[in-house]
Amino acid sequence: MGYQWNWGVFAQPSATGDDTYFGWMLAGFKMTIGLSLSAWVIALLLGALVGVLRTVPNRVLAGIATAYVELFRNIPLLVQLFIWYFVLPELLPASIGDVYKQSNPVLQQFLASMVCLGLFTSARVAEQVRSGINSLPRGQKNAGLALGFTLPQTYRFVMLPMAFRLVVPPLTSEFLNIFKNSAVCSTIGLLELAAQGRQLVDYTAQPYESFIAVTLAYILINVTVMTLMHKFEKRIAVPGYIGGK
Amino acid sequence: MIKIANVSKHYGDFNVLKDCSTTVSKGEVIVVCGPSGSGKSTLIKCVNGLEPFQSGEIIVNGISVGDPKTNLSKLRSHVGMVFQNFELFPHMSITQNLAIAQVKVLGRKQDEAIDKGLKLLDRVGLKAHAHKFPGQLSGGQQQRVAIARALAMDPICMLFDEPTSALDPEMVNEVLDVMTELAQEGMTMMCVTHEMGFARRVADRVIFMDQGAIVEDDSKEAFFANPRSERAQQFLAKILHH
Repeated sequence: MGYQWNWGVFAQPSATGDDTYFGWMLAGFKMTIGLSLSAWVIALLLGALVGVLRTVPNRVLAGIATAYVELFRNIPLLVQLFIWYFVLPELLPASIGDVYKQSNPVLQQFLASMVCLGLFTSARVAEQVRSGINSLPRGQKNAGLALGFTLPQTYRFVMLPMAFRLVVPPLTSEFLNIFKNSAVCSTIGLLELAAQGRQLVDYTAQPYESFIAVTLAYILINVTVMTLMHKFEKRIAVPGYIGGK
Repeated sequence: MIKIANVSKHYGDFNVLKDCSTTVSKGEVIVVCGPSGSGKSTLIKCVNGLEPFQSGEIIVNGISVGDPKTNLSKLRSHVGMVFQNFELFPHMSITQNLAIAQVKVLGRKQDEAIDKGLKLLDRVGLKAHAHKFPGQLSGGQQQRVAIARALAMDPICMLFDEPTSALDPEMVNEVLDVMTELAQEGMTMMCVTHEMGFARRVADRVIFMDQGAIVEDDSKEAFFANPRSERAQQFLAKILHH
């Protein structure tokens, strides 16, 4: 195989001259992390809310929550991204749409990606939260109500603290997924990690080095997430229960 | 104190409760027994509104449970309930389990609530376990904590839903002892239980249910000496033959 390995490529000044190729990778790395973390905040908050609503006795609220989950869970992520980025700005009222379309293109890409990833993942988080709540012994809710707690108080003090502990492991998977799914956002031109890797290939013709670097960067991110979540899981473990001391 | 008048409940075509009526006066101890599926647990859960019912009326301390305008949370805060599976909150220490509803529902101060909780914990003989979590206690200990947690709310009456059925046989008595003591102090109690020894010792009346209906509602002397219905006679013959 006549491939010329050249790990020194990362130290070379980039074609545009203002940075090294390592700098490009670093910028992509930061973009992936910034995008994924901000989308994760949306996913957690909305997912928790929708997941809780799916379990409440009020049928209208539960129905809205179910529709939300089915909508965002059943459309491919890539299609959702194109809708957010290409279609939705056209559907906005002209005055708002124009302001959006004239804003910084990177900002547009980032916002569309963040909202898209956040909502897509929130539907998945909602399902985990719902299953966590439903897996609690039924008597827990009754015990809370019997003590005089209102239904919201029963959720807040009795059911959710245990339900969230139960779903930390599956939520860790979703947290890992959001970093991996963020690579899809390269398709609308957002220069995150995967896009920088591809750009590096175009400019340097060193595909192995650049994709090995991208792979290692994703592994670094996800090993870090796994380690942190594992520590978190231990910290919130309930004594005398599974995972506790 | 508790008046149950012509209460019926059905899931679809299935009648869980059929025209049940009885009363519990202040200070009375009522034992509700009957074969499984007879509706005893459902009946007791109707008393504090945990189970809705379609017709009839339940009045607790002058307040109608079935009335949609009733503030059920407020009513429940005065009606203690103990469950078959204890239902302590696993993520809280025993002390927090005892204090949280006092603070969040009754508005007591944290210190005051903890003091009161610890006194009751002492009463059920578990003071040394205050810092532990429910998962670190035995079933009997958890159930005693659950009784203390209900008592911490200063209930006007206590409902027990098969409090000893999930316990190992050797832990049954520690729970029954606490319940007996409570009965002797004059607490109004409605207990769904199969512990006939307990019924003999402390009950004022025994209610026997079968297929959703109250078949017998009599003083314990009359019930044990001479049950009127054939179904109750069979039931007693089966559980008292040891």
